[in-house]
Amino acid sequence: MNHYEHSPRFLWAGDSAVVIQFGDDISPLLASRVHRTAGALESAGLPWLAEVLPSYRSVLAQFDPRLISPAAALEALQDIVKTIDVPGRPGTDGDKDGSQGENESDIVAIPVCYGGQFGPDLVDVAAHTGLSPEEVITLHSEPLYLVYMIGFTLGFPYLGGMNPRIATPRLATPRTVVPAGSVGIAGNQTGVYPSASPGGWRLIGRTPLPLANPSTDPPCLLRAGSRIRFVPVDEPTYYAMGGDQ
Amino acid sequence: MANVLEVASPGPLATLQDPGRPGWMKYGVPPSGALDQEALAVANLLVGNPEGAAGIEITYGSFTARALAPLVAACTGAWAPIQVDGAPISPWTAFSAAPGQVVSIGAPAWGVRAYLALRGGIAAHPVMGSVSTYIRGALGGIDGHGRALRAGDLMATPDPPAYANTAIAPAAGATARAVAALARRQAAFASAHSSEPASAPASASARRAIAIRVVMGPQDDHFTHAGRRTFAGEEFTLTNKADRMGLRFEGPAIEHARGADIISDGMPPGAIQVPGDGVPIVMLADRQTTGGYPKIACVARVDLDLLAHLRPGDRVRFVPLSAQDAHEAFRQEYATSRTPGRALRIRIDGVEHVVTLFELE
Repeated sequence: MNHYEHSPRFLWAGDSAVVIQFGDDISPLLASRVHRTAGALESAGLPWLAEVLPSYRSVLAQFDPRLISPAAALEALQDIVKTIDVPGRPGTDGDKDGSQGENESDIVAIPVCYGGQFGPDLVDVAAHTGLSPEEVITLHSEPLYLVYMIGFTLGFPYLGGMNPRIATPRLATPRTVVPAGSVGIAGNQTGVYPSASPGGWRLIGRTPLPLANPSTDPPCLLRAGSRIRFVPVDEPTYYAMGGDQ
Repeated sequence: MANVLEVASPGPLATLQDPGRPGWMKYGVPPSGALDQEALAVANLLVGNPEGAAGIEITYGSFTARALAPLVAACTGAWAPIQVDGAPISPWTAFSAAPGQVVSIGAPAWGVRAYLALRGGIAAHPVMGSVSTYIRGALGGIDGHGRALRAGDLMATPDPPAYANTAIAPAAGATARAVAALARRQAAFASAHSSEPASAPASASARRAIAIRVVMGPQDDHFTHAGRRTFAGEEFTLTNKADRMGLRFEGPAIEHARGADIISDGMPPGAIQVPGDGVPIVMLADRQTTGGYPKIACVARVDLDLLAHLRPGDRVRFVPLSAQDAHEAFRQEYATSRTPGRALRIRIDGVEHVVTLFELE
């Protein structure tokens, strides 16, 4: 079996960055290659490597042109990728499909108080999907989600793995302020807002967990490659965990 | 920590910036930092600071501030009239002000962003390793939460001060770098930004387009051959949608080969994305870290600083070259700027300024 039909493509992104692109779709298999490559580059201790940014299907590697030429950087990146992105060896050892071992201790549990003032759109999602609010909560908190990448704002996770049965379109008119910690659905995606911002996602709940803090290192709870599960909690627990009004 | 300067008027936008906070894009945070990095570095060197110290990025001038202590300052970047209590000061050179004197930086003759460095640096609490102001993300700046400067803000010298050397003298090499950087910016913008009213169409069309060197990719294959020819062969005009996040141009539509959507991926510095309407957007220091439009090219490192000074109405030509050639151009400029040069004469508002940079070395 050969999981890797294609070797990665190395694309110039200016004269001080290279995109290492593994494919052209969104899948856990592709993501595992992306995250493993990003991890290897970061741990390689290369003084000229300025920025490593994993996204759905590629890694952006930015270098300091005062320290290395594009040709030398490209060669070094190719050498590292060659050693870790090996055909027939997807994911970690013993892995069948490229997903990382689902060891419960590696999973980030995100407590969520669903519905009520924290999830004002839960009833709309239920109405849209023909489910009861309880069923929406069950379907939303069941899967193990993969953080494909962080983007948009500090600590905002792009998640994969939502059950399509609870897919609901965005609000026609976005809210001007979505509170920090809000958990929402937009089409077939789900996500959680680390900080207050405008947004059109259907809000179904809120987590008391701080997802982003610029004064800590790392500055956010999640990173590309993290696996998370939403865990329903009641309102007293939400407040006991430090949740805001 | 002693207060040295009180902002009286910040003008349209003035922010604290340093070289930025690289390394955090994977957490969704752009690098921010001075849009014209070399100008800020030189301003610092001229007052004896390390080149990475924080300074004030002043957009389109109209900045005034009152000295609260004897201070040594330098203002680089855009060619803007500088005055201390009404007496003119040459840009790109160190000057001093006594307590109570008013330092003003007027509307630039060319360029957009001026950089004011104060000897000893400017105190602010670094966020993720930098004091650079990232307004959209509410990070850094004078208050740590991304606020732009406003009237009444006090600039203090950090404790200990950011001195490269304890004598009041520019750091070694400051003059050479100042002359090289100033000459480069003057050549790019002095004729493009004539001081005549911008409404004069004849002079506008007589101006040459500003050449911006680019490296094609990473998604140039998302465009037709004709689209790539449009990009590299036609001129584009900067619209008024221009800020620290990006520059939106108008001009002939660049034809996509297969739609204007890609799977969102990382946003390199100077990325030129082309959304569905076919007009290019050049991404700057406060850009979002990921994006879903194809990037036809990225601005070469050697020309990134110039983007800080493009004005709405400016016409640009994108000139493709290979990554290696772009790098050679960068290396050459880097080497040139560190070779002692000569002083410059520049006319501003009919007055000839001789940029008298004093040498330590």
